Amino acid sequence: MAAAAGSSTLAPVAPPPLPTAADKLPLDKLKVAQGLKLEVYAAGVPNARTLRLGDKGTVFVSSRVQDKVHALVTKDGKREMKVVASGLHRPNGIALHKGTLYIAELSQISKIDNIEDNLDNPPKPTVILADLPKDEPHGWKYLTVGPDEKLYFQVGAPCNICLPSDRHGRIYRVGIDGKGLEVYAYGIRQIVGMDWHPTLKQLYFSENARDWLSEDIPEDKLNRVTQPGKDHFGYPYCHQGNFTDPELGWGRSCEEFTKPVALVGPHSAALGIKFYTGDGLGNEYRNVLFMARHGSWNRSVKIGGDVVTIRLNDDGTFKSMEPFITGFIQNNNYVGRPVDILPMPDGALLVSDDFNGAVYRVSRK
Amino acid sequence: MKPARRRLAVLILLCGWAPLAWAQSITERLAPCYSCHGDQGQSFNPDTPSLGAQPSPYLLIQLYMFREKLRNVELMNAAVKGFTDDDLRAFADTLAKLPPPPAATGPADPARLDRGRTLVQQHRCNICHLPDLAGRDNVPRIAGQREDFLVKTMREYKANIRPGYDASMGDVMQPVTDADILDLAYFAARQP
Ligand code: HEC
Ligand code: HEC
Repeated sequence: MAAAAGSSTLAPVAPPPLPTAADKLPLDKLKVAQGLKLEVYAAGVPNARTLRLGDKGTVFVSSRVQDKVHALVTKDGKREMKVVASGLHRPNGIALHKGTLYIAELSQISKIDNIEDNLDNPPKPTVILADLPKDEPHGWKYLTVGPDEKLYFQVGAPCNICLPSDRHGRIYRVGIDGKGLEVYAYGIRQIVGMDWHPTLKQLYFSENARDWLSEDIPEDKLNRVTQPGKDHFGYPYCHQGNFTDPELGWGRSCEEFTKPVALVGPHSAALGIKFYTGDGLGNEYRNVLFMARHGSWNRSVKIGGDVVTIRLNDDGTFKSMEPFITGFIQNNNYVGRPVDILPMPDGALLVSDDFNGAVYRVSRK
Repeated sequence: MKPARRRLAVLILLCGWAPLAWAQSITERLAPCYSCHGDQGQSFNPDTPSLGAQPSPYLLIQLYMFREKLRNVELMNAAVKGFTDDDLRAFADTLAKLPPPPAATGPADPARLDRGRTLVQQHRCNICHLPDLAGRDNVPRIAGQREDFLVKTMREYKANIRPGYDASMGDVMQPVTDADILDLAYFAARQP
């Protein structure tokens, strides 16, 4: 480990395969906004990624570099973890809708009906959409259900920077039965967070910009779809809404493409986003957008490694961005990495950490 | 399987073998590994990698992947079957402390070495694997690794047969041709 030799720190940071023990979690390092406290909701959840809530209170947790989806059940104040699906390939995307668990793996989407009634003996997932591209780079998916009760997911660019095929670099939407696949938006590189604006009902998503161009450009983005089926977010021609790619951007202009809502830091790896419509954290958080920034690897001085609050104007444009949970980066090293955010019915906020294999809970002191 | 049930299964398994498994030191338990990977992890076996001086985090990841069948190589899935988390950690830490494999010797073709060196810069192998290709953290040592294994495994990354723990190598290998793979392996195998 000491071999990090000073000469270069520029390699993807791998989450340790074995989760951190509860008493070794970096709680003393994590600082949360005033008036709130952060505690462990669950430890020992390998590579904890996307968080979803079932109608009966089960918290589902996906993984990216492991093969399982887990369920966290609370019984007599204690958390119990169950494996609900295994043998999956990069099952990063999960969503719940009317009792059914949907799982987006690298190249297919499947479902398990009535999942919360079958936690002890879940049937194998049934595939509803197969034969998506099989590329590993940016092959893992984010999955969400729209107000139209359709599934939304992306097929990322199969590379850092390249001219993607006409199946890649897009957001898709498909019926809940896996039928009627259509393109919802174009020109994205990779997305690991989507949510629906509570009143505008538009799809907001985080997008990770290309690497190896410079340490400070381009920045990751917060985007929104205002013209379904038409919006093009610029990749691979235009980055961060105002910077044409040095190789692929010749002859193109950023004016051709949909502008970002906000820029959220170079290489910061903006992942999970969630609008907060509850009031358990206090009035100042109503309708705030929480964003988990996983943190950079393609940068000498790491940035991100936090959860931020983003405030929008009534028309959905950007107003401000402030830190909410900080401390995941200590002395330019990760002690944890936040991935996704889940508001709970009691107003508390759950945050997953795929580096430690843990889920934290933030609530009022 | 539910974790609770699996834990039970592992426990039963352990109790069954405990006298054997726990009486053996890690050195003794490495003997069967050395039969394929060479004494002290210095492999003389075709297509079988040397293990000496691989970074411990990398070894832990790969051993875990073999155990969980996230990396499917039957010989290796069998070799670590039933290993506990602590076993995986102990094997990773011990192997990491073994000496690095010696660089391939004999007369080398300077033109191929040059091509290899250029490709290493061009594809940034030196940034992730470090300039001396000794690796760090989750990134393996490729200096002095067996040339045949390097070729085989790079082809497998490119063809998506070895997906890797994450997608780093899949991305790297995309623009790399088969001729490049041969030169890269030639170069890396000859680095001390
Ligand atoms: C029957 C032969 C055999 C035995 C026994 C064996 N291995 Fe392996 N091992 C292999 C082969 C072959 C590979 C290369 C797999 C591939 O092609 O990807 C490998 C790969 C590995 C790797 C991955 C190395 C890398 O850089 O990719 C590790 C780590 C490893 N073995 C550790 C062990 C340990 C520890 C043991 C003993 C518990 C062991 N092996 C026993 C044949 C063996
Ligand atoms: C972005 C960082 C990065 C770059 C650039 C990179 N590698 Fe890797 N490499 C990795 C990681 C991470 C792994 C481990 C992947 C896995 O889990 O299988 C790896 C694994 C390997 C392995 C497997 C070794 C073994 O013992 O099994 C070889 C061979 C390799 N890389 C060669 C190269 C070469 C040659 C280049 C340049 C053409 C290169 N790498 C560029 C990060 C990188």
